[in-house]
Amino acid sequence: MTEEIQEFWRWSEKNWRAPGLDWRDASVVTAGIDVGSVSSQAVILADGVVFAYHSTRTGSNSPDSAKKALGGATEGTGMTLDDVHYVVGTGYGRVNVPFANRAITEIACHARGANSMIGPTVRTILDMGGQDCKVIRCDEKGKVQNFIMNDKCAAGTGRGMEVIADALGVPIEDIGSRSFDIDDEPPPVSNVCTVFAKSEATALLKAGWSINRVLASYCAAMAERVAGLIDRLGMEPEFFITGGIAKNAGVVRRIERLVGVKAVPLPDDTDLDPQIAGALGAALFAHALYRKEQRAAAAAG
Amino acid sequence: MCRRVVVLRVEVCARARERRGLALAEAGVPATTYRGNRVRRSSDKETGMIVAGIDVGSKNTKIVALRDGEVAVRVTVSSGFDQEESARVGLEKAAAELDIGFDDFAFVAATGVGRKAIAFAGHLLTEVAADARGAAALDPEARTVIDVGADEARAIRVDEGGKVLDFAVNEKCAAGAGAFVEAMSRALEVSLKEFGEISLESTESIPMNAQCTVFAESEVVSLIHSNTAPKDIARAVHDAMAGRVSAMVRRAGVQGAVVIGGGVAHNVGFVQALKDTLGVAELRVLPQPEYLGALGAALAAADKAGDKAGEGARVAGEA
Repeated sequence: MTEEIQEFWRWSEKNWRAPGLDWRDASVVTAGIDVGSVSSQAVILADGVVFAYHSTRTGSNSPDSAKKALGGATEGTGMTLDDVHYVVGTGYGRVNVPFANRAITEIACHARGANSMIGPTVRTILDMGGQDCKVIRCDEKGKVQNFIMNDKCAAGTGRGMEVIADALGVPIEDIGSRSFDIDDEPPPVSNVCTVFAKSEATALLKAGWSINRVLASYCAAMAERVAGLIDRLGMEPEFFITGGIAKNAGVVRRIERLVGVKAVPLPDDTDLDPQIAGALGAALFAHALYRKEQRAAAAAG
Repeated sequence: MCRRVVVLRVEVCARARERRGLALAEAGVPATTYRGNRVRRSSDKETGMIVAGIDVGSKNTKIVALRDGEVAVRVTVSSGFDQEESARVGLEKAAAELDIGFDDFAFVAATGVGRKAIAFAGHLLTEVAADARGAAALDPEARTVIDVGADEARAIRVDEGGKVLDFAVNEKCAAGAGAFVEAMSRALEVSLKEFGEISLESTESIPMNAQCTVFAESEVVSLIHSNTAPKDIARAVHDAMAGRVSAMVRRAGVQGAVVIGGGVAHNVGFVQALKDTLGVAELRVLPQPEYLGALGAALAAADKAGDKAGEGARVAGEA
């Protein structure tokens, strides 16, 4: 008998459909697909309104991951690729989205997506992705003005958090809440290298620290690293966090503490997910680009 | 490369210590409190003067004991969590092999990342100082000393007297240290030794994109899946790490004979890659490279023991 190996790093995939909305009623259907290094998302807009989204794990093959993400979002809706008027690919694997009409950088897409999710007041966006971390400054239209990123090192990225989830055997989605279940805030582990942070963390466990305390220490290290990146670009409110780690309160609260600014939460009445900001931005670009093409065609015709 | 015997000029004389003991006794200090002092009566027996250097690394703790200036025993223990306890176990092992007691070392000096944990050491010295000292003893021609350990790497430029002129250290990122190669060999499921050896057989140079150990692991896995030959992957890994280490070496400056110590110096694939990347005609691997720091610490310990004995003589003379 084989024992099932629990994969602590594995976060659950997500699928959402707008209730009471039928894409067949829409005149323009567009899609944005964000093929990240760790996760892939697809967002489908019906006349510029979010109709469906899907978040899945990126496999070893970008075109397949893109298909999987879009397939997840359209599943059971009767929608096929032919029904989608315009597709924009973004993210790390954006050039490998075979059915995309265009590829746009994830930086532009995250800014656009954040602007749409929160509104024109957003100026600083922190995108904590699977294998990189970016700080983006944008204007009131969601246009990128400046950005800074770390894509060289796992410290401060989702991958770093997966490593610790696995090492400590804690489901990744529980890390945030468990990191607050402590008596006092411990000093952070190494914030420079995930490999060293992991060995430090295991040493602390051996020294008798509770798992929660080690998690707190690890979250603090990650927050420190990311706050350093924010400081380099400068913080201008309002501040919004996108990407998978936006869902990890253990890191988010500690970043807020360090930069002295609270991140704006998603409105209560939305079912959107900060992880889809890039794909949402791409879908919005797709919508705008398709309309532009239509107008150009109408003017020419 | 020939192995050089380390000879020390430690002017210790048993009589000086006897006299110091006498002086203390005259001053009313009972003999038992004198036990805490590192200047031991061990030399009164026929063991010669024995000192030890402890290098508390991030992974292993290495101990070199010198008897009258010559290496008498080398011991490696895992650093573990309690570094002082590990060092104590290692030193006890060394003492047992030398057939002396734990307290019979005339002097103990410690170096390495965990040196501060070693409360029983009479002297602490930095890794840079220890490496420079050890390398000068092993190869007097050495001018550029490279030490690549499990979690750290450093390059030191020294003058003809072994004095440190400049140095550069990487202790922040695993990608520039032995941990990188270890993680990659694990991903390939070959032993570290084999990983180094197969790398030399590679005829194809493929670049690695990832700089980070964590990301490089995934890259190695995808290289495996794309049916890249393990020997070519091994070479790519060594080339990538050699690129980072050589950048650090250049920061310290490359001149004269270049020598390498530290556990990673055992990795023939890495040494070859580093030699090529640095563009030097020769990269000398020091004998027992992992003991470089411990040897340097032991030599410093011998100096201190000598000083103490001399001091003792002076005190006694004044008395």
